[in-house]
Amino acid sequence: MAKILDKQRYKCAMSAMSTVQAIERAIPVLHAGPGCAQKLSNSSGSSGYFSPNIFPCTSINEKDVVFGGETKLRSTIENSLKIIDADLYVVLTGCTPEIVGDTVEEVVQEFEDAEKPVIFASTAGFRGNNYKGHEWVINAIIEQYLEPSDKKTKGLVNIWADVPYQDEFWLGNLRELEKLVADLGLIPNTIFGYRRGIKNIKKIPEAQFNLLVSTWVGLENVKLMEEKFGIPYLHYPTLPIGAFETSKFLRTVGEFAGVDKDKVEALIAEKEDYYYYYIERYADLFLETRVMSKKFSIVADAQYTLGITKFLVNDLGLFPAKQFITDDTPLEYRKNIEEYFKDLNYDIKAEISFITDGYKIHKEIESTDYHGYPLILGGYWEKEVAAKTNAHYLNVSWPVNERLVMNSYYVGYDGGLKLIEDIYSVVKTRFN
Amino acid sequence: MSINLNISDIGTRETRLGSITGYIGDLNDLATQSSCGTLKGCARCFSQSSTCLSGCALAQLAGIRDVAVIHHGPAGCSVTGTQIYTVTKQVAAKRGIVNNTVYIGTDMNEQDTIFGAGDSLKNIVLETYKRYKPKAIFVSSSCATGVIGEDIDSIVEELKEEIDVPIAAVHCEGFKSRIWATGFDISDHAVLSSIVQPPKQKRRTINFKNFFESARNEIINIFKNFDVEPVFLYANATVEELSHLSEALATVCICGTLGNYLGNGLEEKYGVPYIRTINPLGIAGFETWLRAIGKVIDKEAEVEKYIETEREKYIPQIEEVKKELKGLKAVLAMGPGYTFEVSRVLNELGIEVVWGAAWHYDKKYEDGEVPPSMKYLLENNQNFQVSVADQQNFEILNILNTYKPDLYLSRHPGSTVWAIKQGYPAVYVADEYMIFGYRGTLDFAHSVLNTIRNRSFEKNLAKRVKLPYTKWWYKQDPGLFIQDV
Repeated sequence: MAKILDKQRYKCAMSAMSTVQAIERAIPVLHAGPGCAQKLSNSSGSSGYFSPNIFPCTSINEKDVVFGGETKLRSTIENSLKIIDADLYVVLTGCTPEIVGDTVEEVVQEFEDAEKPVIFASTAGFRGNNYKGHEWVINAIIEQYLEPSDKKTKGLVNIWADVPYQDEFWLGNLRELEKLVADLGLIPNTIFGYRRGIKNIKKIPEAQFNLLVSTWVGLENVKLMEEKFGIPYLHYPTLPIGAFETSKFLRTVGEFAGVDKDKVEALIAEKEDYYYYYIERYADLFLETRVMSKKFSIVADAQYTLGITKFLVNDLGLFPAKQFITDDTPLEYRKNIEEYFKDLNYDIKAEISFITDGYKIHKEIESTDYHGYPLILGGYWEKEVAAKTNAHYLNVSWPVNERLVMNSYYVGYDGGLKLIEDIYSVVKTRFN
Repeated sequence: MSINLNISDIGTRETRLGSITGYIGDLNDLATQSSCGTLKGCARCFSQSSTCLSGCALAQLAGIRDVAVIHHGPAGCSVTGTQIYTVTKQVAAKRGIVNNTVYIGTDMNEQDTIFGAGDSLKNIVLETYKRYKPKAIFVSSSCATGVIGEDIDSIVEELKEEIDVPIAAVHCEGFKSRIWATGFDISDHAVLSSIVQPPKQKRRTINFKNFFESARNEIINIFKNFDVEPVFLYANATVEELSHLSEALATVCICGTLGNYLGNGLEEKYGVPYIRTINPLGIAGFETWLRAIGKVIDKEAEVEKYIETEREKYIPQIEEVKKELKGLKAVLAMGPGYTFEVSRVLNELGIEVVWGAAWHYDKKYEDGEVPPSMKYLLENNQNFQVSVADQQNFEILNILNTYKPDLYLSRHPGSTVWAIKQGYPAVYVADEYMIFGYRGTLDFAHSVLNTIRNRSFEKNLAKRVKLPYTKWWYKQDPGLFIQDV
């Protein structure tokens, strides 16, 4: 049922065009209204090799609504293949063609023998939000593009994590996850970002296992790959930020991959030593900054709310007030997610709320006593409630509107240090 | 033409003004074909994504202070609100005021497309009203609600019983018109039909239609010389101010594409003169525009005096920088309002326009006349290659590749970046006041000069990036995919 989206936190399924865009040399071909791409792209890093304003688009008009837009779709795909220098063409549908009943899949099938692969994902905006749309695009790649492989490469690990562009840190985070996996002596394989793309997509079926670092997004995908290609998966629900969780992450992945235990422990010892060198140098700051209170709230998708909560509790010794998960998490995952928030040091349990109504989130924050300045990490919307409640505020989740993120990341040991830098760069602007 | 304020839906620019989105030729031919009626609306059998009219319509309305825009559609339609919200807050902060406008989505899902979501919409509007007590409410349709035939008019009528502030249905299905500027008309129509009241007294004000009022203080100061006050629309305008638009001495605008519907509407319904001249960009534009205002408000002598003082200050400086710009060649691509206005200014500065692309073209405005910017060029014997390009980047890059200009200018996000990737210096003429008046013209000339003189960014980048179009495409005619409809 339609519901109030007050301080919106996600987009619609067709925003999965960003997932395609994150794959080098893959281009979305949109069967949609003329302005969908413009609305769904924000201006953060969207002018790469392909950009939303050059995505081929049938630009549906009134005539197409009445007579159907199949002819236009056919000529758009045909000419995209001629004009755009891409290696994978992913046709995505918007609301209108799906309501009027265009047979998009059939049109796409006509291009089965095209020189370059053309695949299709149904991403009408009303079918779900962009977290789901992301899964559908990955499913389309699995079902329509990947071939089973007899060849298995030992140690090859496909890594799946953030939703590109929904998470502004997606690229940096993914690269850091790759490094962590490589540190274990494994071979990371990701499909998004600089020089990964098609050649890595082709390697997917050869992997020893899929590593899903995500609270819930992507579970559907790794399950499908298990079913279709027999690739087992490791679901690691927490985005590892800082030493505590990253070391746990390395142990879990190491064990699943069959990496020698001593080797893993040696690696962790070295990394923690390095991490705590920095923490020690600034320990005085963390203890003696007079304006820093112990309580925090996070307003973000499940991924960040969980990852940052664990970091602030288990690494920095802070205490969780209520946390707000804003990604409209499908009901079937919610119970598990609640459990993840109970697994904190010293039996601390974080209370969470699955909520998409920003107004209510702000009312709750306003009525919470943080016993000092609140620390609020959230979307751009929280700038306002932070000002009202005199909070320390950092924009970490979508929408990210007044900060620039190019290749920063919060994942891993270094990511944890970066998050501390960002938080204290805000905190230090105030004395009393 | 006649504006009917009793219905909520309006005709598109295609039907009202014969506007088109595809053409290739030159200025004279475009004008000839427009006047003899042979110019046809064109389609493309290949196109790239452009802009949606609902974005234009609702961004305008969301600029008004302390109102609520309720976008009835899936989450992707209302996502534009997150960006608009930031702009609104920043524009208000610059003026030192607070704008509490909210932009709410209804997050329609699949069930809603089957059974409709009228009841939910009604509840969402009521809840929004309860939360924010907005001064006016705009309830908009989307592609999805349009296709399923959701009756937002009836819902709004029902809501009028329960809500005591102006509330209007805004029909802006994205598929309705290929000309996104129709969205500006839709927002004007909503304001005219739900907020503007018949005049009670004349005021010494001038309605000033613009985007983000960046030259606000400058214009207030200019108008003080003529004893009038500007009322800037719609960013930061209050509902109270809008209700008095009919009492102004005149309506002017910074862009004909933007201001046309409101100006004509106010003139037709309430006799407020709409000043239809070329826009105040460049010297000829600024002086023509000021003189027309002077005439309407009976301050001709004051205007002449102002022009004389300012000329003395700025013309020598402009002449000085012009020497350095002489002989440069430019390609530009903008909304039609700006394409033909900026072409004129470039000519004034001694820069030769080799190709002007307009995102769409209005054969005539609401008064039945050719847009003044176009008329001016024709009367002054300026002719150059012209296309109507609906933000089709592949056509623009093809043109740039053929003409290899010294400079590319555009006004739309995501356009200039492609020119620089192809190695051409580009100027993003984003601020509508970038070339306003003498001061703006001088600053603009310097921006162009600085861009031409330091080509580091585009040279560095172009050397390292690969372009997304095939070699095949660069050998084709840029109009290859344009078809008659």
